[in-house]
Amino acid sequence: MAFADVREYTHLTDEEVEAIGRELDEIRAQVEAERGQADRDHVTRVITLQRRLAAAGRITLFASMFPPAWLLGTVMLGSAKILENMEIGHNTMHGQWDWMNDPEIHSSNWEWDTTQPAEQWKHSHNYIHHQFTNVLGHDNDIGYGILRMSRDQKWTPYNLGQPVYNALLALFFEWGVALHDLDIEAIRKGKKDPKLLKKQLKQIGDKVGKQAFKDYVMYPALSGPSFFHTLSANFTANIMRNVWSYMIIFCGHFPDGAVHFSEEELEDETRAEWYLRQMLGSANFEGGKLLHLMSGQLGYQIEHHLFPDLPSNRYADIAVKVKDICRRYDIPYTTGPLHKQYGQTLRTIMKLSLPNRRTTDNPAPVAPRKRRRLDDSERPTRRSELGKWSAAASA
Amino acid sequence: MTSAPIERTSVLRRIRQAGKALTTPLSPDDYLALVNPLWSQRELRGRVEKVVPETENAATLVIRPGWGWRFDHSPGQYIGIGVEIDGRFHWRSYSLSSAPLVEGKTVSITVKAMPEGFLSDHLVNGLEPGTIVRLASPQGDFVVPDPPPDRMLFLVGGSGITPVMSILRTLDRRGTLDDVVLIYSARFEEDMMFLQELRELSGRHEGFTFHERFTDVDGILAPEQLDDVCHDWMDRETWACGPAPMLDAFTDHFQRLGREDHLHVERFTLATAGTEGAGGSVTFGDGGPTVEVDGATTLLEAGEEAGVNMLFGCRMGICHTCDVPLAAGRVRDLRSGDEHGEPNEYIQTCISVAVGDCTLAL
Ligand code: FES
Repeated sequence: MAFADVREYTHLTDEEVEAIGRELDEIRAQVEAERGQADRDHVTRVITLQRRLAAAGRITLFASMFPPAWLLGTVMLGSAKILENMEIGHNTMHGQWDWMNDPEIHSSNWEWDTTQPAEQWKHSHNYIHHQFTNVLGHDNDIGYGILRMSRDQKWTPYNLGQPVYNALLALFFEWGVALHDLDIEAIRKGKKDPKLLKKQLKQIGDKVGKQAFKDYVMYPALSGPSFFHTLSANFTANIMRNVWSYMIIFCGHFPDGAVHFSEEELEDETRAEWYLRQMLGSANFEGGKLLHLMSGQLGYQIEHHLFPDLPSNRYADIAVKVKDICRRYDIPYTTGPLHKQYGQTLRTIMKLSLPNRRTTDNPAPVAPRKRRRLDDSERPTRRSELGKWSAAASA
Repeated sequence: MTSAPIERTSVLRRIRQAGKALTTPLSPDDYLALVNPLWSQRELRGRVEKVVPETENAATLVIRPGWGWRFDHSPGQYIGIGVEIDGRFHWRSYSLSSAPLVEGKTVSITVKAMPEGFLSDHLVNGLEPGTIVRLASPQGDFVVPDPPPDRMLFLVGGSGITPVMSILRTLDRRGTLDDVVLIYSARFEEDMMFLQELRELSGRHEGFTFHERFTDVDGILAPEQLDDVCHDWMDRETWACGPAPMLDAFTDHFQRLGREDHLHVERFTLATAGTEGAGGSVTFGDGGPTVEVDGATTLLEAGEEAGVNMLFGCRMGICHTCDVPLAAGRVRDLRSGDEHGEPNEYIQTCISVAVGDCTLAL
């Protein structure tokens, strides 16, 4: 998408922007009021399915010296890990199920099956990424501190290696995520509080230890003669999960059409403008129910970014309404089949490994500076962690 | 609500630890509960076996607790019960009406439906046998010492009978119901729980005197009338449970006569120490909202007001569902007036107020 096209969104008057905000608030209020048994049934069914799948996979792998058992067990275990990370862990830690007041499915104590400690994820993802979505210099999810994803990021010869870093990131995504909240950038600049760093490293160490011990010592040992087969199966299942989650997550903000923002954009942003930034900065993909389940409903990335803490099973319905708003107000709604979305993302990664003068178009434009400054009285009330941004908070 | 796991032997403990290494980040219970929901002690659970009507609007729930439950509660204690209604868990606390260690491994609570209490109404009228509920371990110090004092008096109003029932049944079972007076007030006869059983009990035990008082006709028992009903009450150790005005009146009376040490009271509503924190700005989680809170608003209320979804149960400081670690600052416990401020100390948000600025680790 060319830079000029983004102006489609500056055609909106302030009144229209606020009207869009009100419509979205209404959608939110309605879903909040409707939450009930059907939503609980969704999450408990998925949790039961996931645990059965994990158990079946582990048991099958006791016989992993037989190739069919290896294959079947690996696929089951990998799928269980994907379901856990995407539809269960990610969404639970966003607080999507907190309304159930159920201590067993609650953002305050959920720990997920990956190397990053939940507490750090809630900071780096729930807070930093969801608050500062696509704002250059603020949102560390733009390229994960490893890849250059915007023409407005400085090019260095390091970026020539992007195709390689990208492949490595995909394979070992879990580890990239584990180190994410450390903020390598800050460490490099010497801006990191050493006490916090120590605490975080210890948390990561503990979590990594437990995860690795389970996958690479305990289960292989229990498989006896199948030791190495189970080890390789568990490794493969983790890679499977890594590549899948990497791909889903990269399709959320990097297909053509998803806009990046500059820092000034944040300063006097109203709640309604925040909504707009989420809509323009995110991208959906299309597919069947199973695809959406396995991606934690992140094919509805736009809806997820508007309402990160509403139950994931509602996103499909919300999408119909959001799309209608976009149509009525002439706002772009970026979506497409998964392969197309990922293809565009990959193309951007490749292109931006080169300096700007070597490439022509701008796959991830930066939105122009907004129209006017607000005075203090017009500013939104202090924004809470967006995952918990309910109507009560903005009142 | 998280009770310490009960491992009877160190072998069991080691098995559990090994199991945890296999199921991390979950616990083995999370998988076992797939087979039988009662096989989890991560959260105590129970299955409702029977719902026995007691009066028009009260019923006894007989519950079979799952793993991790200890049957050695003291008669007079209460438990927390969490029930799911339309996808959401609601917690309340009720006194156990059963005596400890009954055969069949069940416990029972007796619930009276309150006009405004939709949960009590649901428990009395809507709970199907077979329903799985969450439980919180027995707590409370409204208990009778063992061996009991020689002469006892129980002053009871309305649903205050439930903890007393548990005590009386235990005394009966142990054969120590030797010199006990029960003064039990209810509005009218049909409204009196356990009436038949109590009458039968007083028929069987010479030492057990049962005064029925129907307030629709006789009016509410005033402390001054005690002498008429139980002339030797000054010689008795007294336990009182019932509506707050009744308890207040008796507490005053006992205090005036310098006998407050001989009165044991159970209140079903939160009594605060009357102290206030100074208030301050409270931050809910890393990067979460920060709000100004006065010294009287609980952190739970303040968080909910700010749009934070926080876990809660009883909202009166007994179930520990609301516990969160305090990342920084100091808070005051409204009940005791005690201050807490150790970093990462767990505090109960439902009964804590801020003493200056503080941060909760959510
Ligand atoms: S909610 Fe029960 S102790 Fe706080």
